[in-house]
Amino acid sequence: MSEDNQLTRAQRDDLRTVAGMIVPASDEYKVPGADDPAIQADIVATLGRDTKLVTAALDHLARLAGGPLAELAAARRDAVAQAFRKDGGGAAATLVRVVLQCYYRDDRVLRSLGLELRPPFPKGYVLPDGDWSLLDPVKARAGTLRRAP
Amino acid sequence: MAESPGKRRGLEEEVLTKDPVDVLIIGAGASGAAVAWSLAETKMHILCLEQGSWMNPAEYPSTGRDWEAKFYGEWSSSPNVRGRPEDYPINDDSSPIKVVNYNAVGGSTVMYTAHWPRLHPSDFKVKTLDGVADDWPIDYDALTPFFEENDRIMGTSGLSGDPLSPLTHPPMPQQPMGLSGAIIGKAMNKLGWHWWPSDTTVATTDYEGRARCINLGHCTPACAQGAKSSTDITYWPQAVRAGVELRTHCRVREITTDETGMATGVVYYDKDGVEQFQPAHVVIVACNGVGTPRLLLNSKSDRFPNGLANSSGLVGKNLMFHPYAQIYGYVKEPTDSNRAPPTCLWSKEWYDTDLSRGFVRGYGVQFVRGAGPVFEAVVSEQKGILPWGADHHRVFRKLNGHRLGFSAICEDLPEEHNQVTLDPVLEDSHGIPAPKINYTISENSRKMMDHALARGREILETAGATDICVNSPIPWGGWHLLGTARMGTDPKRSVVNEWGRTHDVKNLFIVDGSIFVTSGGVNPTSTIQALALYIADQMKSRLANLFD
Repeated sequence: MSEDNQLTRAQRDDLRTVAGMIVPASDEYKVPGADDPAIQADIVATLGRDTKLVTAALDHLARLAGGPLAELAAARRDAVAQAFRKDGGGAAATLVRVVLQCYYRDDRVLRSLGLELRPPFPKGYVLPDGDWSLLDPVKARAGTLRRAP
Repeated sequence: MAESPGKRRGLEEEVLTKDPVDVLIIGAGASGAAVAWSLAETKMHILCLEQGSWMNPAEYPSTGRDWEAKFYGEWSSSPNVRGRPEDYPINDDSSPIKVVNYNAVGGSTVMYTAHWPRLHPSDFKVKTLDGVADDWPIDYDALTPFFEENDRIMGTSGLSGDPLSPLTHPPMPQQPMGLSGAIIGKAMNKLGWHWWPSDTTVATTDYEGRARCINLGHCTPACAQGAKSSTDITYWPQAVRAGVELRTHCRVREITTDETGMATGVVYYDKDGVEQFQPAHVVIVACNGVGTPRLLLNSKSDRFPNGLANSSGLVGKNLMFHPYAQIYGYVKEPTDSNRAPPTCLWSKEWYDTDLSRGFVRGYGVQFVRGAGPVFEAVVSEQKGILPWGADHHRVFRKLNGHRLGFSAICEDLPEEHNQVTLDPVLEDSHGIPAPKINYTISENSRKMMDHALARGREILETAGATDICVNSPIPWGGWHLLGTARMGTDPKRSVVNEWGRTHDVKNLFIVDGSIFVTSGGVNPTSTIQALALYIADQMKSRLANLFD
């Protein structure tokens, strides 16, 4: 089975639903939710070594929900999500991390945060040298290095 | 040799044997590179076997948009998570601090913060000064010329004249203070506490063929610019040009010995997984404080049934990690986030013993500039300060780009129950028994960590920080692997003598962090390399009677 087919349809549906609960879309900040199709596609395409734990997390989520997460009433869905976040262990943490690492590299999200759409290399960043007179009180106070016999 | 390794193991297949070399170095990291470079001038035939490969900076994380995601996988600092073919697994289930390292030409200097303090003179005399642990058999002055030489070759930046640190002469100016440094400096001044720009191995000007730092940010997992010094771009090119042979993808299984108790060479697996025997007149181990005891314990024989060079029973014992007490928070003004090397300033305010604090010895502090957006989101969600749902966006914008951090490097005292042994089950990809870590944080270290967290909180609150979070210890913070083949003059209480030769095997040397007697409260790489250069110098001056 190819990597992008390692989740079942039901698991993908639950992944999309829980991702949207973690990071919903916002008109105020002009950003998509983590259930956005492009972000979901990125998540599924790059699961790689995390597939096993994410699958385990989704199995756990399905057990808690007892059915498709999206079909639960809002209050029940929130309760399931809370239980998942509280007791899901390393698998749940991996799922949340996978969602966030794909969400926070999406162009629309980075633009909203005022970040440039590029890797750090080769342009890098400029750092202010700062006011080194701030060190003057330290120099004035001096101090003594502990001597060794 | 009394018997070939193959026969000794009862194997029928032929073990391939090569021509002997004068000096065989195991490991091409911080110390292996330094000792190779120094010995090269002898014109002896020097061979280094390295289980990893040469690195390709074009593949470093900062070259891609998914740079932060890579830290959770192939560029994790944990070999157990990373799982590259060059890595070996480590059972650290019985330790609150997990081992982190890197296996390649350059070793863990490929993946480190480049923070560059030295041990202090007082660190070599802790028994005399404070009545704990042991004094080193050498003092700071013995290492001074080698610190200086190492700083020149690695290429350090910093500001000379720190009143609370040993005098250094960095060839390049200190890193920019940046936004984060200014906030920290003002807070420290309000509190009247010591701070100073850190010495680092980040090039702030073009230096010896290395381009200056352009603030790629996350320089811990390798620098695509080459501004961060790692031995694959400093010592090794010079050593190879001087004639040292470096053989990669060669994992050493054991050091062999003859009937007189002298080392005869090593058995290793080459890049194709074929077992080879490499004879040598001198063997130098440079595998770090976990890899070195692992190799010695795996080198059992009839003559050395408890592992090689282990008549003291101390190989693997006295493991010191430096428990990190980390505290961080968020200020209103922007910080440098991921747009700069992570460390910029240090403090030695609490470095020396003051028994009124409730513990002996002390800790150094490194201040941390900030984090990138993915790391910020993931960690803050785990800490429970970044909510799910509609408020996620507002809170994230309050946190992202506003983090300041304080990490205390607490001096771990040697305790024999903290140790590296061989796991009875776990093996690496060549079937070599893997190391197992048993480690607990002492009460003294706990008190030190709590003290540091309280001071860190004062600093952060003085800077106006809120949402303060703690990692104590940093779980994946086992960078500093020290003490597991300690140095000393008494063969019953140490593994190597005062110039790095094992007491038991007169042509076997150890040059890495495992020979530390005590750990100090600073990042150890500068001192590890100075020690390696010192031992190489001792060897060169004793060549006529090296084995007496």
